[in-house]
Amino acid sequence: MTAANNTLRNDLRLIADMIEPDSRVLDIGCDDGALLDFLVHNRAVSGRGVELSQKGVNLCVARGLSVIQGNADTDLQYYPDDAFDYAILSQTIQATNNPRHVLEELLRVGQKAIVSFPNFGHWRVRSSLAFAGRMPVTQSLSFQWYETPNIHFCTVDDFFALCQDMNIRIAKTLFLDERGRQKQLLFPNLTAQQAIFLLHRK
Amino acid sequence: MTDTNCHEIRIQDKTVQLPGQRVLFEEPMPLDSGLSFGPIEIAYQTYGTLNPDKTNAVLICHALTGDQFVSETHPITEKPGWWSLMVGPGKAIDTEKYFVICSSVIGGCMGSTGPVSISPETGKPYGLNFPVITIGDMVRAQKRLIDHMGIEKLFCVIGGSMGGMQVLQWAVSYPEMVFAAIPIATAPRHTAQNIAFHEVGRQAIMADPDWCHGAYLEKNKVPRAGLSVARMTAHVTYLSEPALHRKFGRRLQDRSNLTYGFDADFQVESYLRHQGYTFVERFDANSYLYITRAMDYFDLAAEHKGRLANAFKDSPVRFCVVSFTSDWLFPTKANRDIVHALNAVAADVSFVEVESDAGHDAFLLDEPEFHETIDGFVKGCAERWFNGHGKGTTS
Repeated sequence: MTAANNTLRNDLRLIADMIEPDSRVLDIGCDDGALLDFLVHNRAVSGRGVELSQKGVNLCVARGLSVIQGNADTDLQYYPDDAFDYAILSQTIQATNNPRHVLEELLRVGQKAIVSFPNFGHWRVRSSLAFAGRMPVTQSLSFQWYETPNIHFCTVDDFFALCQDMNIRIAKTLFLDERGRQKQLLFPNLTAQQAIFLLHRK
Repeated sequence: MTDTNCHEIRIQDKTVQLPGQRVLFEEPMPLDSGLSFGPIEIAYQTYGTLNPDKTNAVLICHALTGDQFVSETHPITEKPGWWSLMVGPGKAIDTEKYFVICSSVIGGCMGSTGPVSISPETGKPYGLNFPVITIGDMVRAQKRLIDHMGIEKLFCVIGGSMGGMQVLQWAVSYPEMVFAAIPIATAPRHTAQNIAFHEVGRQAIMADPDWCHGAYLEKNKVPRAGLSVARMTAHVTYLSEPALHRKFGRRLQDRSNLTYGFDADFQVESYLRHQGYTFVERFDANSYLYITRAMDYFDLAAEHKGRLANAFKDSPVRFCVVSFTSDWLFPTKANRDIVHALNAVAADVSFVEVESDAGHDAFLLDEPEFHETIDGFVKGCAERWFNGHGKGTTS
């Protein structure tokens, strides 16, 4: 039942390492519950999840996690202020209808928020558009334009700008390369394939 | 208090021997209506073994026309128990691990005190002298039974439809006595549409001359036509248009052409007539009036200043809410209202909407995804309840 540390996907493990033990965590877009399961069993967190797909919810409930079927755009409004220490939105913000509002809600229900997303400013994405003239289809953005659930792409710099605009304090940033390894990158907006942000209210 | 094994009930013109137990509580019980009512007898059935710590009890709450015969051949209809797919050895509610209890609701006609019971004051059946009861009263009576059994905390309370209302009531009235609650295909209150369908059923019964203003038992009559029409109407609400189409379409019954009359030309008519006809053999018309009324009166938010979330404030209970996509009687929206109220107080809740075209009845049918969900949730709860908190072991 317990997910071993080494089987957890690297970006999820990096998120897990940002979370204090014994805290209250809401994972929005929790997929099959891998991160939540790890946090509940290895970090003694009180964990809740929200997942859009019925398959994902069933997998989570079947492994004993408290997960509801719902989505980030419509279901966060029902939670009270400060219900959680952390609200996690992993690889999901680009698929929401109103990312700015979702971000506001994350930092209302959670004291802190952890947001990870694929960086649309990565050089492969840029070159696909610039040289091939086609919408990029990469390892982390594996959909064709006509079938992608990802409707609000942003770059690392876009996200920095939004946080500044919304008066959100960025406590930590992590960047991942193409192999999902965490790296100190000189120009993350160009070279990071994924970014993870730990956010606080100001 | 008197405990009895095996007992008889009178249903229509027959006397039937029922398996299971019953217990008589002499002391009157306060009702939501303000009346005090007693003595109250509760007929119940159990499966599995209660462990020495009394920590492995699962209470099943039955629906409007259900009863305590969850997982055995029904003593009257001789059909399999209504939830034998969910409850039994190796099933999601595993009777090899859990001690399963189901009692007939008060107001019903399967052995618990109801309008067919003999009033000690008059020596005649209560009929319409039986007090109007609520879901809260049903649960209050069940609590007497659980207290009587010496069970301090139920591992799980589970039920669908009206059973789900009782599950919610249990979690709200006695949160300290419930570890996990599974309300299925239910609602925090009965809607206008649901009350409307019940009213059609009740009017059909009361319009039957054989109903005799509720005193049909004394006059040796049975309002068969009325009760059967009530059942037919209700039965349609338990299905869905796709399910009806799949089962019957416009196919004709034992004939190749329309008869240009009012015989049951269509298979769907024949099926409904059969449903109505067989229902009358196992159910009491006055019980139907009382129990539908109890459902109509159900409104959890109303008891809590109109805000459903207040009902669940600081609840320690772990909830798993389940709805079905084609259920239009207790639609996903109504079930989601429960989830949102639980979220609003940051309660521990899981919620699954199961895809099915079977309508409201889906919770009684072979829906693998539904059974997997319940199985997973129960196992997850058991891990916490039996290991995490050292509350003892399963039997």
